Amino acid sequence: MKKLILSTAALALTAGFAMADTVRMGTEGAYPPYNFINDAGNLDGFEIVLGNELCKRASLTCEWVKNDWDSIIPNLVSGNYDTIIAGMSITDERDEVIDFTQNYIPPADSAYVATSADADVAGGVVAAQTATIQAGYIAESGAALIEFATPEETVAAVRNGEADAVFADKDYLAPLVDESGGELVWAGADVPLGGGVGMGLRESDGELKAKFNAAIDSMKADGTLNALIIEWFGENAATY
Amino acid sequence: MKTCAQTVSDYAFRAIGYGERLLPRSDFTICEQFTLIGSGMIWNIYFGVIALCTGFFFAVALAVGKSSERWIYRRPSELFIFLFRGSPLFIQFFFAYFFFLSLKKNYAFFDPLTAAWLGAVIVLFLNTAAYSAEIFYGALRSIPKGDTEAADAYGLTGWSRFRRIIFPTMMRLAWPAYTNEAIFLFHATALVFFSAFPARGQKGDALYYASYFADKTFNPFVPYPILAFYFILLTLVVIGIFGVVNRQLNRHLPQAAVPKLRVRPNLIR
Amino acid sequence: MFSYCADPSTLDTFRWLTCYLTTGVHMSFYKSFLLVLALLAVTAPVALSFGFLGAMSARSPMKPVSWLGKGYIAIVRGVPDIAFFLFFVIALDQSFELIKHNIVCPDWTDPIRQGNDFLVCPQAKVPLGTSPEYVHQLYGFLLAVITFAIVFGAFAANVLYGGMQAVPRAQLETAEAYGMTRRQTFWRVLVPQMWVYALPGLSNLWMVLIKATPLLFLLGIEDIVYWARELGGTKTSKFSAYPHPDWRMWYFLFLLIFYLSFTKVSEVVLERVMRRLNKGQATSGGEAMRKEASA
Repeated sequence: MKKLILSTAALALTAGFAMADTVRMGTEGAYPPYNFINDAGNLDGFEIVLGNELCKRASLTCEWVKNDWDSIIPNLVSGNYDTIIAGMSITDERDEVIDFTQNYIPPADSAYVATSADADVAGGVVAAQTATIQAGYIAESGAALIEFATPEETVAAVRNGEADAVFADKDYLAPLVDESGGELVWAGADVPLGGGVGMGLRESDGELKAKFNAAIDSMKADGTLNALIIEWFGENAATY
Repeated sequence: MKTCAQTVSDYAFRAIGYGERLLPRSDFTICEQFTLIGSGMIWNIYFGVIALCTGFFFAVALAVGKSSERWIYRRPSELFIFLFRGSPLFIQFFFAYFFFLSLKKNYAFFDPLTAAWLGAVIVLFLNTAAYSAEIFYGALRSIPKGDTEAADAYGLTGWSRFRRIIFPTMMRLAWPAYTNEAIFLFHATALVFFSAFPARGQKGDALYYASYFADKTFNPFVPYPILAFYFILLTLVVIGIFGVVNRQLNRHLPQAAVPKLRVRPNLIR
Repeated sequence: MFSYCADPSTLDTFRWLTCYLTTGVHMSFYKSFLLVLALLAVTAPVALSFGFLGAMSARSPMKPVSWLGKGYIAIVRGVPDIAFFLFFVIALDQSFELIKHNIVCPDWTDPIRQGNDFLVCPQAKVPLGTSPEYVHQLYGFLLAVITFAIVFGAFAANVLYGGMQAVPRAQLETAEAYGMTRRQTFWRVLVPQMWVYALPGLSNLWMVLIKATPLLFLLGIEDIVYWARELGGTKTSKFSAYPHPDWRMWYFLFLLIFYLSFTKVSEVVLERVMRRLNKGQATSGGEAMRKEASA
């Protein structure tokens, strides 16, 4: 009899384990300061710290998965990981296919960077990364769009004169401008694009979405999110 | 809702800059995907055809150089062929783009080199020349001894010996393998905008538009099979055209002896 | 790595380089070379067996089987490998999960496709959501191997098919005359004989396989090109102790050297294999060896 009880207990235990599945978090690892690989070869960045904190608050076991940007959404809906936390702006297009949590970075500006402040950003040649909201924006503006596969190449294009300016997330460009020694400068006016950065989830995963939303709420409420944003994006970053 | 005919007239030549300026951005139809990806094929065909036509002559020169007994011709040809056959096209594109950029910085004359229409064609030209040269070289070495002896007996020497005896036989022997090279060159054109050269004004090749749609619809299972469909079509056309040439090359032989154009991947990248 | 690496900004060039080249990311870079080599080593035999099956079915006297084999060869070879890689891994993964789903969760009533989502029961996930990370990575590796093997299997099938056709008819007729069955003829005469005809094509295929590895990152494998790009890109001092401008050029140069030397080594080895196979064969290569030996 005792044996029987024991084995039922063991069964309940394993069932319990099965319930507490690890949440797999998909990220790109190539977009500082949001997410990148540090010198030690580990994932690092604002979103990694944030993601771990959110998981802690939602009492979830989380695990990080690196995935190429181009296939990051198809792999999410196909179930290879459960969330995307990769500096992904909330847009209507994306929202049709996947769900987003509330944003954890307020709608941020995209900005132009050029070698001189009076570069022709409205009618000149503007570089952007393929398949980003920035590329879509430039395609619709009057400027001639030139697309590169990686953000690295878009900035290189300005340095070597292939493009008059590069248009990308301001937060991505800021450290590059700071350290370029005056070679790169801001140009034109900043453009608010997208609905802030949020965590992407499958549409059928409402429960997980609620958990993360609650965790983001609590981080917004106690100010830790703002502190984190300032730590990674600098004093001038938009906060809540 | 646009009709499909309207879509075709708007986007059929979008890849080279004619038609609607903006790409479709929502409610993507199958028709739009077919039209734009097809439009992108213009670039793939352009790259392939130009590189093949120009690369052919360079390849013949290289093959002759490699089989030369003088090291001054042989060594450079060997080195060139090894360099281009031994490295991935991907990396060749990368270096070429860097190289063209630095040329451009110093001399304005080289401006167009960093654009795909010229720069990528040059890389593909060099690449296919190296691969074809190896094929031609192999053919050159297996020319039946009788043929050259006959040429000698007729007193043919130098250029006319090459043009009238060596070259036609070499072509005849190399043609099946060369057909493969042509097919794979067309496949290789898909790499141009994918990894090497920037696309300007959303004018790109078939893969560029396919990945545009895959990115917008988040569904890779429609655009990529369409792309595959176009490439299979292109492959069939290439095999057809090369088959006609093959028959021409072998028209003097008794029909039973004509080697069938067995498409075998002899020398591919 | 070294004790003096604590503050790299103070070091002289040589020491700085020794620190820089031994960071954790660089170790991942070096490991990715092993990964690529391992993948090649696993893929080659798998692709060869796919090719063998393809060639066998293409030769089959049963029409549908023969069409299947020929269709496989024609379709896969007609499509650029990039186009294939871009959607095939996800397709493969989903089909595995679907099959497993039908086996382990026959009572599952929810639809598998809800909008864009692909949902199988949790027990049917491949690998299971509870499995440790290395299982996921192993699975990713496996998917890449299968995808590569399917593509290159089609090429190998074509080469082997040609090799089988090239075996002189007289050999097969002799076998028949000795009273061998079809099956015996195939395994005891055709298969041992075909390699010498197929090897030039196969060695080319090997070279092509080597040069296709830069596309591995499309299959979700962090290969050498992925790391070269990652490491070579501009690093700002904010996020790295080793800031540097765009160094992709040097990393790619290193890759170029790697590929060229790998090709060279392969050429030498394959040349030796060819010599062995040619020994005693009634081909021009075998003839040349006989002459050499008697001279």
